[in-house]
Amino acid sequence: MSEPEIPVDEVTAPWWEATRERRLTVQRCRACGRHQHYPRALCTGCGGTDLDFADVSGVGVVDAFTIVHRAPRPGPEVPYVVARVRLAEGPVLLTNLVGADPGSWRCDAPVRVSWRPLPDGRHLPVFAPADKD
Amino acid sequence: MTVAIVGAAESDLGVTGKSILTLQAQGITRALADAGLSLSDVDGLATAGLSRFSTAQLAEYLGLEPSWSDSTFAGGSAFEMYVARAVQAIEAGQCSTVVISYGSNQRSARSRSLGGVQEAHIPQAQFEDPYAPLFPLSYYAMAAQRYLHSYGGGREWLAEVAVAAREWALLNPKAFRHEAGPLTVEEVLAAKPVSSPLTVADCCLVTDGGGAIVLTSLERARDLPKPPVVVLGYGESTTNASMTAVDDLLRPGSFASGQTAFRMSGLNPSDVDVLEVYDSFTITVLLTLEGLGFCKPGEAGELAASGRIRPGGDLPLNTSGGGLSYNHPGMFGLLLLIEAVRQVRGECGERQVPDAEIALAHGTGGIFSTHATVLLGADR
Repeated sequence: MSEPEIPVDEVTAPWWEATRERRLTVQRCRACGRHQHYPRALCTGCGGTDLDFADVSGVGVVDAFTIVHRAPRPGPEVPYVVARVRLAEGPVLLTNLVGADPGSWRCDAPVRVSWRPLPDGRHLPVFAPADKD
Repeated sequence: MTVAIVGAAESDLGVTGKSILTLQAQGITRALADAGLSLSDVDGLATAGLSRFSTAQLAEYLGLEPSWSDSTFAGGSAFEMYVARAVQAIEAGQCSTVVISYGSNQRSARSRSLGGVQEAHIPQAQFEDPYAPLFPLSYYAMAAQRYLHSYGGGREWLAEVAVAAREWALLNPKAFRHEAGPLTVEEVLAAKPVSSPLTVADCCLVTDGGGAIVLTSLERARDLPKPPVVVLGYGESTTNASMTAVDDLLRPGSFASGQTAFRMSGLNPSDVDVLEVYDSFTITVLLTLEGLGFCKPGEAGELAASGRIRPGGDLPLNTSGGGLSYNHPGMFGLLLLIEAVRQVRGECGERQVPDAEIALAHGTGGIFSTHATVLLGADR
């Protein structure tokens, strides 16, 4: 899919930088240890403002998914799968599911991160069946 | 509670070819005529979706300088929220007569987009839009997928909601699908998929439409021509903007808003005679029925399939035909309230629920983002 340029800001920059090395991170609160995604200027658990980024395993399960048959903009080739993936570390990400027939996906399926290159050298995390490379 | 709805009316509906402000003016003048009041009585105004300064724009257009206004933007639930705020403002003495209005020409103007309205500075622009979800449809679709997976149901559960809505629409001459004939479960299942498991037949209409309601003190309402419809309770919950913030898709904010409204009114779901529940998509109704306590989590699919929400059923729901078969002008919340008022007044002709005294209107905005419940009753 050809994607419009994805914006970045001062809080999310480290998360996006890690994707250049195909590293999936989530933000971690140094006060209470909570993991959260997307990155924010404060922890939604304790209100703390001292946060860093932790590498995560890149494995999770499909919380829910939908096969999209009409794209909202020119670019994406239909059908494609949009999903909520719950990482083993807890946070939920929106993503695309790849590497399997769209009709074969089920909720609770185990998945592993895969990377879609972006034109500017960053990568977009997508997820594939956990039993595939 | 000491505030009542005393006037209610729709603007022109369907494909009108009219501007938003013309539709607003139609709804407001008709609702004031219904109330036996005039524009000069109005000192409170609430609306959304007109422009950046919605109430200022509308007040000026009407030639009013209201002492209270609200243009909280909360999608389809805003209008139920306005009822709560209007009750508070009237009880506090900030104003005496409130008009809540809405108008949209989205079908004539072809202004609806499958991707929704995107803003580059919000986190979704970085973490969700790159994956090209339809907005709001794909979120409701994911909730539906999770619902069917968790409770072991088929798409028939969803389809039953659309089928019931069509049955009601066949009884409502103003419904967009009034002449369309009945809809079957098989037809919904065979309809074109958009964002699975939802098909075009699981999605609300895209129409022009709008209307207005008028509120004033119950004391004054008793001197006006139409029987007062008393606000008995309200509750709201704001839960998320993005598609990932809510941990459990099957526990939307209607659980909290319904509980608050029922507690305030001293009523229970079994006291409700008629339900007007936001039906942006078929799944919205199933989860809202569970949230409001009309059945347990996981039971709404069977409830819909039982026929109880259809005409003649003991849980009459979306008696106008709903957003699915009557009208959906971008935000449906106000039309839910108008139908609830008419049912309590006994004005609904063929689709009238016999002896309806207590009605519930529930608005849902965004992607199950905002939830607001209002309980209305006859003046007894």
